[in-house]
Parts: sequence; structure tokens; C-alpha cells
Amino acid sequence: MWLRRIISRVISLQANDFELFGMPIQFAMTRDVLDVRWKELQREAHPDRFAVEGAAAQRIAMQWSVRINEAYQRLKDPVKRAAYLCELHGAPVNAENNTAMPAVFLMQQMTWREALDDIQTQAELETLLSEVQRTHQQALIDMAQAIDDLGDYSAAVGQVRALMFIDRFASEVRHQLDVLLD
Amino acid sequence: MALLQISEPGQAPDPHQRRIAVGIDLGTTHSLVASVRNGVAECLPDHDGHVILPSVVRYLPGQGRQIGHEAVAAAAADPQNTIASVKRFMGRSLNDVVNADKLPYAFVNKDKGMLSLQTVQGEKSPVEVSAEILATLRFRAEDTFNDDVFGAVITVPAYFDDAQRQATKDAAQLAGLNVLRLINEPTAAAIAYGLDNGSEGVYAVFDLGGGTFDISILRLTRGVFEVMATGGDSALGGDDYDEALAQCLLAQQGAQAITPQDKTQLKAAARQAKEALTLQSDVSVNVDLSGHSITASISRAEFEAATAALTLRCMSAVRKALRDAQLSKDEIQGVVMVGGSTRMPQIQSAVANFFDKAPLNNLNPDEVVALGAAIQANQLAGNDTAGDLLLLDVIPLSLGIETMGGLSERIIPRNQTIPTAMAQDFTTYKDGQTALALHVVQGERDLVQDCRSLARFELRGIPPMVAGAARIRVTFTVDADGLLSVAAKEQISGVEAQIDVKPSYGLSDDQIATMLKESFTTAEVDMKSRAIVEARVDGERMLLATQSALNANGDLLTADERAQIEQLMQSLRQAVMTEQDAQTLENVTTELAKGTEAFAAERMNHSIQKALSGQNIQSL
Repeated sequence: MWLRRIISRVISLQANDFELFGMPIQFAMTRDVLDVRWKELQREAHPDRFAVEGAAAQRIAMQWSVRINEAYQRLKDPVKRAAYLCELHGAPVNAENNTAMPAVFLMQQMTWREALDDIQTQAELETLLSEVQRTHQQALIDMAQAIDDLGDYSAAVGQVRALMFIDRFASEVRHQLDVLLD
Repeated sequence: MALLQISEPGQAPDPHQRRIAVGIDLGTTHSLVASVRNGVAECLPDHDGHVILPSVVRYLPGQGRQIGHEAVAAAAADPQNTIASVKRFMGRSLNDVVNADKLPYAFVNKDKGMLSLQTVQGEKSPVEVSAEILATLRFRAEDTFNDDVFGAVITVPAYFDDAQRQATKDAAQLAGLNVLRLINEPTAAAIAYGLDNGSEGVYAVFDLGGGTFDISILRLTRGVFEVMATGGDSALGGDDYDEALAQCLLAQQGAQAITPQDKTQLKAAARQAKEALTLQSDVSVNVDLSGHSITASISRAEFEAATAALTLRCMSAVRKALRDAQLSKDEIQGVVMVGGSTRMPQIQSAVANFFDKAPLNNLNPDEVVALGAAIQANQLAGNDTAGDLLLLDVIPLSLGIETMGGLSERIIPRNQTIPTAMAQDFTTYKDGQTALALHVVQGERDLVQDCRSLARFELRGIPPMVAGAARIRVTFTVDADGLLSVAAKEQISGVEAQIDVKPSYGLSDDQIATMLKESFTTAEVDMKSRAIVEARVDGERMLLATQSALNANGDLLTADERAQIEQLMQSLRQAVMTEQDAQTLENVTTELAKGTEAFAAERMNHSIQKALSGQNIQSL
């Protein structure tokens, strides 16, 4: 019975990202499956498929194609996906208004920043980057648990904020690496 | 011209329905046109059998012009009126042109920052010069097929910014071409390469042309060409290697090139020497400059030393693209070499050393871009209904908006798959502020002054509120051609404003209309008869599209809806046959377009649902 329900469901532009991609509403996700679905959806909706069918078809194809890309960008990035799940479950992250973080976390951030200021060599930068990436991985594991196992969205919101800090710092380290390599 | 065309299985069954679709590589030094004939993409030759058209236009006193080989032959004698490498000036201001003083042209700074060239026929914009080249290729295709060109795919460097893309599209329009799509050169090359070799996996396309350098990292899976990252330099190419070699010659001889003739002669000699050094280890150069002549010998090692900085710039862009794609170099399955400048031994060895594998040179680097564009054009025109080619390309440079303090706030980051739309909320910074100036910029730098300014527009009529209370949502939309439009809307009052980013460097529609009126495309043809012919073609195209939509998905319509559409079709069929006024005919076409809009939306929903439910059945 639920099989019929899924198939006859009308997918509209307002469907959420998971519905649009026909994937279960959860944090755990196989990237390969997501990639394959993205391409299959674009095969149906991309404006190139309607190049000779007039302006109206182009415009609608463009809306769909944009919507599919938007959902794909959000689903493929674990932090964005987690933030989106929190929002769907009534616990928005509100990153710009709420920056309170646990003291332990802030201490670690400060240590990292001081380390980054002192670093001179490529090897040191790469060591720091891999430490940051390890922390990132662990935070993702905690996130999966908070969302999929416990349904604890307020804990997940905290993890999302932490990951935003971590990612911002990681991109600063990568930027330093770029500067050093160029 | 074949009398009897036999169509391939899966292709349009009726040869009369086949649309002439071409791919055009509008290059810095040379341009080509290609088309799919009997299932095979091939470059179309001119009357003399040349497929390459040098991208050189010479304006003669009075009316005439020479384009291609003839113009090249005249360049040394008439340098100021013989425009070469015009692609480097597309969508550019004089300030953007590096080494302008080393070029033989009389530049004119136009309003809104656009540059023009002073010729014996007056000022010519780079868009007009490019249109001459495109029109020449269009005529070549029309002569070949003895038929009108239905549409064209035109290639641009992946690293072209919005202004350069818009300028290219304007040039195509000016040349009377229906642009099916602008696609990126390395992506076009990947199509030709990938389909030829049945390749799967991650490839890098290293495209060093006459004036531009692109590096694209693509993943090829079952007909899908997904660009993972792209990078490059839209002002780095073979021309720069020529210039470096020329300067090296002058320095070695303690000589100077002052007159336009000197500059052109020297450049031509440098290019010849560069080409010779591909096979020889040294070459002797003789140039007659005004007053004195240079005779010198240059070795490959000296040439490589003089251009090492340029090669380094290429490789640094390669590293950056790999980082953007989050790949290491050993994850790259193959490196496809594109563009005539990749023939230089120092480029071949730099790439081989970096990737630790021999680059792939098995396609003609001059032709591969045009061939790929032709394959895509053929599919877009609907000639290859069995084709499953899909391009998922990206924007090369971040798009943003100027905020307080001259900083650029990124709205769409680079390497985002297109089409895309992204929004960001802004607010007012003064109490009672009723207008907001929006400045759209493109580039990776934080300061607006270091980015390219694309457009400025204003949102007016915001109701007075305290500072920070208004919610202004700015939405950037990039279409499948990579072109940007921007909309701003105050969320509380609903006040909105939008702009198609016709960059300050591009042309307004009015300008294009005026130029079309004055230009070669209408010199011999009566404007009016042309307009009615075009309106008929459009009407027929619309009828054809609607009929095929009805055939495919007519079941989605109620009897009433179908009757309405059929009535609109009947009116249009009548109008196409009897109507003499272009405007009236266009209106009837528009009515059918409007009348089928809901049907088009329904079809699209249907196809997406089909895709989704197919997957759900499989995955259950």
C-alpha cells in the first residue's frame, strides 16, 4: 500500500530535498546513490533537453533544474544536510543569531588559531589540516547518532554550529596552503 | 551535396526534418565550424579546402572587408585596419588589455568602459569584429548544406566571465545566428574525446589556445559530462608566448619595435620561430624593422627560459583546479590536450611531469573543440533523439554583491553547477532608507575593486523603516549558458527590481537592433522580408514543438484543454501561410506559446515524476 503512495505522490517544486530525490529523510546517505539520482533527475529536467521547445519550456526546465541542483548541493554537504534536517524538524540552526558555544570547544578553536598564526611550513600546515579533518569526521559521527539514532535535534543543532566553525577554520588553513603553494 | 541522405537508426527519420545545427569554435587565432553529417562530426572546409579560418578581419577603405587568410596576408602592410586576436578584447575595457602599447591598433575608450578599435571604416567594437568571423562561418555552413542554419552551439573559454560570455552571445546574434547554447571549450573537447574513446572516469582537459588558458576536471559517466572544477586565465595563451619570444629577441639585439608595422612583423616572426622550435632545437630569425634588420638565432632552451613564467602560471591554475575538485593528481585518469599551443614541447613536458603520465594527444587539438560543439548542437537541435549526452557544467568565478566597506559578499561560489539560483538577505543601514544600490561583481577577491564589475541597479520604493528592519532578498540566477540575472525584493513590502546582467561591457538590445540594421546581414537583404521569413520560421518551429509535445504527452490534457491548444495551432498554421505582417504573425506565435505554458509545466512535472517513480520502484 505504501508502495503505491510513493509512486503516485505528486512531486512539486515545493517538495523537500529528500522527497525530490526520492530518498529517506535521514542523515545517513550513500554519496554514490545521491550522485546517480542527481544525474537521472537532470537528464529529465535540464534545459538542454528542451532546447527546441520554446521559451516557456526553457523557463520551466530551468526552474526544475535549478531546484534539483539546489537540493543536490544541500544533500551532498553533510553540514548543510544536517542543518536542513534540523530545520525540517522544527529546530532551525540560526547560525547568525546564536553563536554561543561550549567553553571546551572555544578553547580548542583558540589553540588552533594560535597554531595557524605561528605556522611557517607546508608540512606543519598539512599536519594541522589533518587534525582539523579528524575532528570534523568525529563530529559527523556524533551528528549521525544525534539525528538518526536519538532524534535529538537540539544536540544536532549544536553539532552543526561546531562543524561550521571547524569548516571555516579548515578553509582558512587551505587558503594558507594555497598562498604557500602559489 | 548528397542527393539522398540516409538517416541513422534513432535519428530523425525524415531527412527534410533534420535541422542544420553547427558547432562553432570562435578562437583567438583561428575559428572553425563543424556539423554532424551522417552521424559523424566533421569540420566544414571553405571553397579552398581550408577548415581553419584565421580570426583576422581587415577593414578596407569604403565598404569591403577581408576575413581570414586574405586578411592575414595583408596584416603586415595594413596593421591598423587588420584586427587579429579580437577575442582578447571581448567584454573588456582598455584598462583590462595587457600590453596594449605593444599592439598596432588605435584603441578608443567608449562609454561604460567598453573599448573600440579605430579603423578606416570608423570605430569597430570587438563584438562587431567577432560577428564578421561568425557570419563568415555561418555562410560557409549554409553554402555547404545549401540550407539555412537552424542553430549554433558556440564555445567560450571556461574561464570567461559574464561580460565576455554576454559579448560572445551578442556577436552571434549580430551574425544572425540562433544560439542554442554557449558551452565551455574544454567541455566541448571532452565530448569529442569521451564519445570517441568510450571513456569513463575522471579526466583533466588542458586547453591552451592562442589567447586563453582553461583547465577543467570532468567526470565522465554513461554520457554525462560533469564538470567538477574549472580554472584558468582568460588572458594567457600562445600570443603571450609569441610576445615573450619577441621581447627576448629585441633584448638580445638591443633593438626596438616602434611602428605598427614593426610590431606586426616582429610578432609574426616570433610566432614562426615558436612553431619551428616545436620540431627543431634552434632556429634563425630575420626581421626587417624600420631602419634596421634583426638576424638572430634562438634555441629551444632560450625560448623555454623566456616563457617559463607563463608555463608556471598554467601549472599553478592546474593545481588550484585539482584542489577545488578535491582530487589528488593520481586520481586523474588522463589529461586531454587541446589548443594549438599545447604543441609546445615545454607544455607537453610540464603536464607529463606534473601528472606523471603522458598527456593524450590523439585528437587534432585545433579541431576537437568545434567537433564537440557540433555533437552537442546536433543533440540540442533534436536531430539525435537516441542521444543521451548531458552536460553539467559550472560557473568559473564567484558572483557576489558589494556590501559596506567595498567588500564583495559572495552569493554564488565558483564551480557551482549551472543552472543555479542562490539568494542572500540584506538589510538597510540607515533609518528611513528607501532605496538600495546594488553592485554586482564577479571574482575571487574580497575587495570589490579587485573584482570585475558586472552591473549596477537600484531597488527603490522601500517603505521607510528603522535601520536593519527591511529584509531585502537578492537572488542571483545563472542560466544554462552561464549568463547571470539578478533580482532584488524587499520581503515585507514586496517592492522588487531586477536586471538581466547586460554588463556595462555588453550591448543593449537596442544597440544590437541598430547594429543589425546597419550591418552586413541586412546590407543586401530587405529588412522587412527578412523579418517575415524569420517570423514564419519561428511560427513553424513552435507548431512543430507543440505537435511533438501533443504526440508524446497528449494524454495529460483534458479534451477541453486539447481543443483549446488545437484551436491556437490552427490559427497559427493559418497565419504562417497567409500573414504578411511580421509583428502580427509573432503575436499569434506568442499566443500559442502562452496557451501551452500550463501544458509544458504539466509535461515537465510528468517527466520528473516518471524519473522519480522509476527509481523508487527499483530501490524498494
